[in-house]
Amino acid sequence: MWDYSEKVKEHFYNPKNAGAVEGANGVGDVGSISCGDALRLTLKVNPETEIIEDAGFQTFGCGSAIASSSALTEIIKGMTLDQALQVSNQDIADFLDGLPPEKMHCSVMGREALQAAVANYRGEEWVDDHEEGALVCKCFAIDEVMIEETIRANQLRTVEEVTNYTKAGGGCSSCHEGIENILTRVLAESGETFVPGGVAIAAAKKPAAKKEAAAGGAKMGTLARIRKIEAVLDSIRPALQADNGDVELIDVEGNTIYVHLTGACTGCQMAAMTLGGIQQRMIEELGEFVKVVPAAKETLVSMGA
Amino acid sequence: MSDIYLDNNATTMVAPEVFEEMKPFFCEQFGNPSSLHSFGNKVGFALKKARQQVQALLGAEHDSEIIFTSCGTESDSTAILSALKAQPERKEIITTVVEHPAVLTLCEYLETEGYTVHKLEVDTKGRLDLDKYRALLSDKVAVVSVMWANNESGTLFPVEEMATMAAEAGVMFHTDAVQAVGKIPINLAESNIHMLSLSGHKLHAPKGVGVLYLKRGTRFRPLLRGGHQERGRRAGTENAPAIIGLGKACEMAQAHLEFENTQVKAMRDRLEAGLLAAIPNCFVTGDPDNRLPNTASIAFEYIEGEAILLLMNKVGIAASSGSACTSGSLEPSHVMRAMGIPYTAAHGTVRFSFSRYNTMEEVERVIEEVPGIVAKLRKLSPYWGDNGPVENPDEAFAPVYA
Ligand SMILES: Cc1ncc(COP(=O)(O)O)c(C=O)c1O
Repeated sequence: MWDYSEKVKEHFYNPKNAGAVEGANGVGDVGSISCGDALRLTLKVNPETEIIEDAGFQTFGCGSAIASSSALTEIIKGMTLDQALQVSNQDIADFLDGLPPEKMHCSVMGREALQAAVANYRGEEWVDDHEEGALVCKCFAIDEVMIEETIRANQLRTVEEVTNYTKAGGGCSSCHEGIENILTRVLAESGETFVPGGVAIAAAKKPAAKKEAAAGGAKMGTLARIRKIEAVLDSIRPALQADNGDVELIDVEGNTIYVHLTGACTGCQMAAMTLGGIQQRMIEELGEFVKVVPAAKETLVSMGA
Repeated sequence: MSDIYLDNNATTMVAPEVFEEMKPFFCEQFGNPSSLHSFGNKVGFALKKARQQVQALLGAEHDSEIIFTSCGTESDSTAILSALKAQPERKEIITTVVEHPAVLTLCEYLETEGYTVHKLEVDTKGRLDLDKYRALLSDKVAVVSVMWANNESGTLFPVEEMATMAAEAGVMFHTDAVQAVGKIPINLAESNIHMLSLSGHKLHAPKGVGVLYLKRGTRFRPLLRGGHQERGRRAGTENAPAIIGLGKACEMAQAHLEFENTQVKAMRDRLEAGLLAAIPNCFVTGDPDNRLPNTASIAFEYIEGEAILLLMNKVGIAASSGSACTSGSLEPSHVMRAMGIPYTAAHGTVRFSFSRYNTMEEVERVIEEVPGIVAKLRKLSPYWGDNGPVENPDEAFAPVYA
């Protein structure tokens, strides 16, 4: 069974705004029947003010798909179209106190239904460029298609590079065999063979005392280092805000920098590119190897009996 | 009201009698059966008895044909890998598209190692084409691995006939009988089946114990080499309490075989008839005329299985589903897709699997609860109108792939 939050259960057991809205003037149909999740969003928009006066959903899907649909309609009712378009899939997930990584795509589907419905209201055509593959990395919710595309776009060669660019494999490391298989397949497209570089075993653990001494004697003082990290984030921030996103420093632990990305969807290509980009900048500016890792929320409650 | 457990194909309750039988072997008779002293000796005798209990249920000719393993998956892997190792010149495997992942995932891996895997397809009722099967049998085939009963639909394959066909062609035959053992009569002494897998936790024994039946004279290469346990065919100190529990469970399954095929079957049939009468747009999957007595697999169209399970769970009914979401994959069950069931129904399949511990009262309660759950979810579905599916559902709702 999945670990769903109380909020997810509430919106699944008693969904809000179920059914089609009467007199709707914006409709968005998104999802994939083969994957088992699809959603129709109907909006009633006031043509004078562009305020969403009513929103309704019809969903073919699992518990979290229904809960995400319900949450979406609750969030956007009363907003103007422009305000509504600022709503990210992370906002939907946050509204529900988090979703399991396997279920983040339900919130993505909600945001896309919204874009489609607004486009429909405005008489525009909405094209979806988002493709989804089987989930590979469960720690960071990274799917196969995203890993493949990132490998192609950046000519990646090793599992470590895939981890650096997408975060996939950066957690428990159980998916490394899967990532090696994807690398083998994608590299074969261009006639290359995957060579399992790097190490086959984890680095030996050093005694704790030594590690502390090493950390204490880092090239840069801790405070100066964090200031520098903040400065790098500040320089990136305007670009993110232009895309309705933002980034926040959560923690620094050794060479791992934890950040919270908002606005951008955690499961999509953009997020990985963003994280990969931030990491690249950090490495350049700090002059040392660092990992930039998204900070995960842990507010899940077991589904229970 | 207590909860209703209808997920016995996933796993079963340990029978209280089985638990009683196991208890002394934790803190009192904990010896190593290989030891000479009395601590070990008693355990050795208990294992011998368990072996004979398993032998009796399977109708095996010799008790030395029973090899205890750690689970059904280990038995499957041992059987298939042994056949390949023992006949290195043979590089082909025949199996089916609807096997359990314990066989399918292994076969897919073996493909990457250079083996050719022929996967027999099934028709809309989940049946095999034996002519196609016959045509594939050759001296290039190392092993045929075909499940006796399907875990999702309960459909039975004619494995005894298929084993004879394989034997005539000089090919080794393995069957994953994890779902069949204890539910239908089995007589291996009379069959041409060379290897058979079973798993304790599907027949009221504990989890983490299984058996590989290996017909005397079948060439064999162990998966685990080490000590002389199981006559060197499966090294590692025996999981004595679990094996002893499995022996007792086999004895009980044999005593209840008729009950399973009359009373348990009657509960399954009542549930199916009740639900089909009360709910529009649903149907039984698999081959209703040729299946396990305890399994009902019903596809509820236009809604999704995980949502059904969650609502059933809320009213205390446990079952399982072939939807993509419940399996954590992107596709609905490979078994449902292999039978050509459309996505709008495949995602809504629910499997109800009974045991002899269920009651007719429970069945009536499920028949009362489920129609309301299905109706509630259909109200939310874009495919469902005021009192039935919308017209031309595939055109009325054709979402952009997202
Ligand atoms: C048909 C079939 N084969 C194999 C298995 C695996 O058995 P085990 O869980 O003991 O490894 C199962 C059970 O899930 C099964 O249903």
